[in-house]
Amino acid sequence: MEQSEKFLSVKNLVVEYTQGKDTIHAVNKVSFELEKGKTLGLVGETGAGKTSIAKAILRILPDVGASIKSGEILLNGKNLITIPEKEMQQIRGNVISMIFQDPMTALNPLMTIGAQIAESISLHNADWDSARCSKEAVKMLEMVGIPGERFGEYPFQFSGGMKQRVVIAMALSCNPELLLADEPTTALDVTIQAQVLNLIRELRKKLNTSMILITHDLGVVAEMCDQVATVYAGHIVETGSVIDVYHNPAHPYTEGLFGALPVMNTESSRLTPIPGTVPDPAVIAEGCPFAPRCKYVTEKCRNEMPSLREITPGHFTACFENIGGNKNA
Amino acid sequence: MREDTPLLEIRELKKFFQVPAGINHAVDGVSFIINKGETLGVVGESGCGKSTLGRTLIHLQEATGGQVLLNGEDITHVKGHRLKKVREKMQIIFQDPYSSLNPRKSIDFTVQEPLRRSGRYSGSRLKEETERLMQLVGIDERLRYAYPHELDGGRRQRVGIARALALNPDFIVCDEPVSALDVSIQAQVLNLLMDLQEKMGLAYMFVTHDLSVVRHISNNILVMYLGQAVEKAPTNRLFEETLHPYTKALLSAIPSVDPLRHMEPLQLKGEITSPINPKPGCRFAARCPYTTPECSEPQVLEEILPDHYVQCCHCREINGL
Repeated sequence: MEQSEKFLSVKNLVVEYTQGKDTIHAVNKVSFELEKGKTLGLVGETGAGKTSIAKAILRILPDVGASIKSGEILLNGKNLITIPEKEMQQIRGNVISMIFQDPMTALNPLMTIGAQIAESISLHNADWDSARCSKEAVKMLEMVGIPGERFGEYPFQFSGGMKQRVVIAMALSCNPELLLADEPTTALDVTIQAQVLNLIRELRKKLNTSMILITHDLGVVAEMCDQVATVYAGHIVETGSVIDVYHNPAHPYTEGLFGALPVMNTESSRLTPIPGTVPDPAVIAEGCPFAPRCKYVTEKCRNEMPSLREITPGHFTACFENIGGNKNA
Repeated sequence: MREDTPLLEIRELKKFFQVPAGINHAVDGVSFIINKGETLGVVGESGCGKSTLGRTLIHLQEATGGQVLLNGEDITHVKGHRLKKVREKMQIIFQDPYSSLNPRKSIDFTVQEPLRRSGRYSGSRLKEETERLMQLVGIDERLRYAYPHELDGGRRQRVGIARALALNPDFIVCDEPVSALDVSIQAQVLNLLMDLQEKMGLAYMFVTHDLSVVRHISNNILVMYLGQAVEKAPTNRLFEETLHPYTKALLSAIPSVDPLRHMEPLQLKGEITSPINPKPGCRFAARCPYTTPECSEPQVLEEILPDHYVQCCHCREINGL
C-alpha cells in the first residue's frame, strides 16, 4: 500500500458538533480522493463545512463538542481516525501540515518568527540541536523570500503578506506530503495574494506536495487546482476536474455560484443571486439540502437526497436533474 | 441649484493624521465630482486611504485641507445645526455588518433611530416609515423585533442599508459593503443597491478592493495609491485602456475564473510602503517596473486621454501614446 496512487482517500466522513441540545451536522458523508502531487480545491460558502473537513483530516477538531461520527480517512492506506494520538502527532507537521486563514492570529506575538519556525522543526527532529534547527529555519525563511536577518523579529514587525509567508515557511518546514491550506490568501490584498499564490505553487512543484486548498474564491481555485469539489451544507455536491466543473457546472449550486459572480470581462447590469440562505446545520431536512433555493427543484428532490453520480468520466454531481450542458448525460 | 452643479465636488481633499513616527498622509490631494444618480468606484489596496477618504467626505472626521462641496455649498467645515442637516443628505454603509449594528438593540430600534433623531417622525408615522424602509430593503416583517445575532450577514447588511436610507439621503458612501459576505449573498446586496439607486436617484461612492465588483456597479473609477489618485476614468475606459502601471498590476493580479486562462506574469514586487512622511516623488516608484530618476520629482494628475486622468510621468511612453 505504500505507493498507492490514491494518496489520500476520505470515505463517508461525518463530523458533528454538539451545542447544548442541538447537534450541528457540519460534514455529512463526505468522500473524495487525492492523488500524489495534485491539488484539490474545496469551494463553498461560510459554514459549508470546508474547514471542518480539513480539521478532521489533521484531527484537530475541538475536544469538546466536536466529533468524527463515522468514516475513514486513509493516508497511504493508514486510517487516521483510528490510530493512537501519539502516532498522529508524528503525522502532524511531518506528513500533513496546515496553513491557517488568518496570518495575524496564527503566529505567537511573543515569540520571534525564527524561534517559532525552529520550534516546529525541533519538534519533528528530536536529534537535532538548536543551532541546526535555527539554521534550517533561516533556510526556510529565505525560501519564502524573507531575508534571513529578520529571523529575530517579532510578528508585529511584519506586514500581513510577510506574516503569511512565515506561516507558509512553518507549514513547509518539515517537508509535508500533504498541505491543507485554509483560505491562505483571503486576508490579503490582490497583489500580495498573487505573490503568495505563486510562492505556494512554486514550492509545491519543488517539493511535490499534494494540497487541499479551501477557499470561497472561484478564481483562486481556477488558478491553483487540478480538481475541485463544491461543498454545500456539509455535502460534496459536485466534484471533477477544474476544467469540467468550470466549463460545465452540473449542480445547480455550482451554477448559481458562477451566476452570482461579477465577472471582469463581461458586462451585465444585474447579477443572478442564489435566492434564500444556507440552511440551518442544526436541522436535518429530508431530501436535497439545496432544494429550497434551487430553481430546478422537483418533488423528488424534496423527499430524497441525491447521491453523487458520474455524468462524464471523473465528473460527479449530486443532482437528479441534468442541467447546463449535460443534457446528454 | 443650477442644472450643471454637480451633486458633490471634492477639491484637493487632504486628511493627515499625527502619529508618533510623523505625519500620516492618509488622503493627500484627491479631487473628483459625483453627479446625481451616479456611482464613483474607489479602488486600492488596504492602507491606501480609501476608507479615510469616504469618512472625511461625509464629515465623520474633519478634513485637513481642501474642499467638499454639496450642491455647490462648501460644507468642509460646517458645524452644529447645519452639520446635522448636511449629514441627513450624506450617509454611510459600513463594511462589517457584524460590528456596525448595536447587538443590544432590535432591528426595529436600529432602523428607527435616525428617524427619531431627525425629530420629524413620531407615533404612527414613525411606525409606518420603519415598515416602509424594511420593505424597501427586503427585510421580512417577522424579523422586525429580532436582534442582530439572529440575522445572517446579508440580512444584517440590509439593516445597515435601511438605516442609511432612513432620512432620504442624496449620497451614500458604501465602504466595502459586500466584502464580508459570501458570493451568493453578495449578489443579492449588490442588486439591491443598484435597484435603490434607480428608484431613488442616489449617488454612491463605492469603496472596495474588489475590481470586478467595482466594474459592475460604477460609472467612474478612481484608483488610489497611498493617499493619492493615480488614475481616474469612466469605468469602461479604465478597463479597456488601462494606463497607470499600478492599475495594470492590480488588474493582472486578479485570478481569472477561467481555468484555461492563468494570471498574467506582470506582478508587483514588495508591498505598499508607508504613508508616513512620504517623499515628494511618485509614491508607487518603489514597486514600479518603469521607475527612473524622474519619478522622484513631484507628480501631477494629468488628462492623458479625454476624461482619463493619470498621475505618472512615464504614462505616454509606457502606453505608446
